[in-house]
Amino acid sequence: MTTLDDLDTPIFDGRAAQLGYPLNAMCFSFNDAGNRARFLHDAEAYFDEFGLSEDQRQAVRERDVLRMIALGGNAYYLLKLANLLGMDVQDIGAQQTGLTRADFQAKLQAQGA
Amino acid sequence: MATIVGGIGTSHVPAIGAAIAREQQQTPQWKPFFDAYAPAQAWLEAARPDVAVVFYNDHGLNFFLDAMPTFAVGAAAEYRNADEGWGLPVTRPFTGDPELSWRLIEDLVEEEFDITSCQKMLVDHAFTIPMKLLWPNGASVRVVPIAINTVQHPLPSPARCFKLGQAVGRAIERWDGEARVVVIGTGGLSHQLDGSRAGFINKPFDRLCLKEIVEEPRCLTHYSVRELVALAGGQGVELLMWLAMRGAVGEHVARVHTHYQVPISNTAAGLLVIEPDVHGECPAFALGQGEGSSLDQL
Repeated sequence: MTTLDDLDTPIFDGRAAQLGYPLNAMCFSFNDAGNRARFLHDAEAYFDEFGLSEDQRQAVRERDVLRMIALGGNAYYLLKLANLLGMDVQDIGAQQTGLTRADFQAKLQAQGA
Repeated sequence: MATIVGGIGTSHVPAIGAAIAREQQQTPQWKPFFDAYAPAQAWLEAARPDVAVVFYNDHGLNFFLDAMPTFAVGAAAEYRNADEGWGLPVTRPFTGDPELSWRLIEDLVEEEFDITSCQKMLVDHAFTIPMKLLWPNGASVRVVPIAINTVQHPLPSPARCFKLGQAVGRAIERWDGEARVVVIGTGGLSHQLDGSRAGFINKPFDRLCLKEIVEEPRCLTHYSVRELVALAGGQGVELLMWLAMRGAVGEHVARVHTHYQVPISNTAAGLLVIEPDVHGECPAFALGQGEGSSLDQL
């Protein structure tokens, strides 16, 4: 995956799109409630179904968003997985920036001041 | 000839949809945001559009990486919303305008925009939330959605999206009939969901965009996509939709209403209403001597 120079901003390009295809295809499948239930029932079997790499599986098991992105996860599609894991955009932001949820929210608020 | 009554740029943050679903519009947290849409709703009521052409970006409801169009034009009689996987209620379907859709498709391809036409197209929150914000009691307009890829790079450049909008504007104005058309661009403003810069918001840049998109939109079309990502954040690149809207509305526009609020969820939320400014157009056109619209002179 390419990042924008010095800004640690992922660019979801062709390389990421190829590497992340199984992970993103799994996320896309979560538009269906039945698929969400199947994932929650047996995530390992669901990984098999979509052919995630071992690294991708481990990142999902550990709920490691930066790692998922490094392995080709797309920000928009990962939100569907995050929701299923009980995380919202602020939880994700907090995790990626190493802040608590409250501190991440305070950082957002401060930018509006 | 159809008439473009104006343009609207608005954010489409999913949290807005959640607040609507929970009827939190008048809670202290949300009231300033929702109240800011009242002038836009009043303007729409007075402008009486029959059709809304909506530039938006799909977030993985209709399109996936198996086939990712850069520009996709809806050509359906009806557009359905569906489960996006995070609990937003599914909205009622929207009525399409296939006649205008095919007019756009034909004219855009004629103008060398190699678009994808979609006779089936699910519309996600980036379409449904702005419609709900602008018509809270249900949309009274027919719709033509136009999706611009912001998922997978390379994305179309700001200049290209502006030109797409200009071509859409020309096609609408060449369309026979008396229809009144509003053009909407959804997304932004600055925000970033991914990477250790997550939570990035750039208030000075958003302020610049809200000013220049009305007065000098070409200032914004000079950026590359990467520059836009650097300035507006990874997902702030959704400004592309606003640039397409701005291109469609015409050369000279007047500002009707602006609102800017940080943050809504992780995002700087923007709202802009513009309308064609007949006083700002060149004398030849104002006197009715120009061929077609002022857009032809670009």
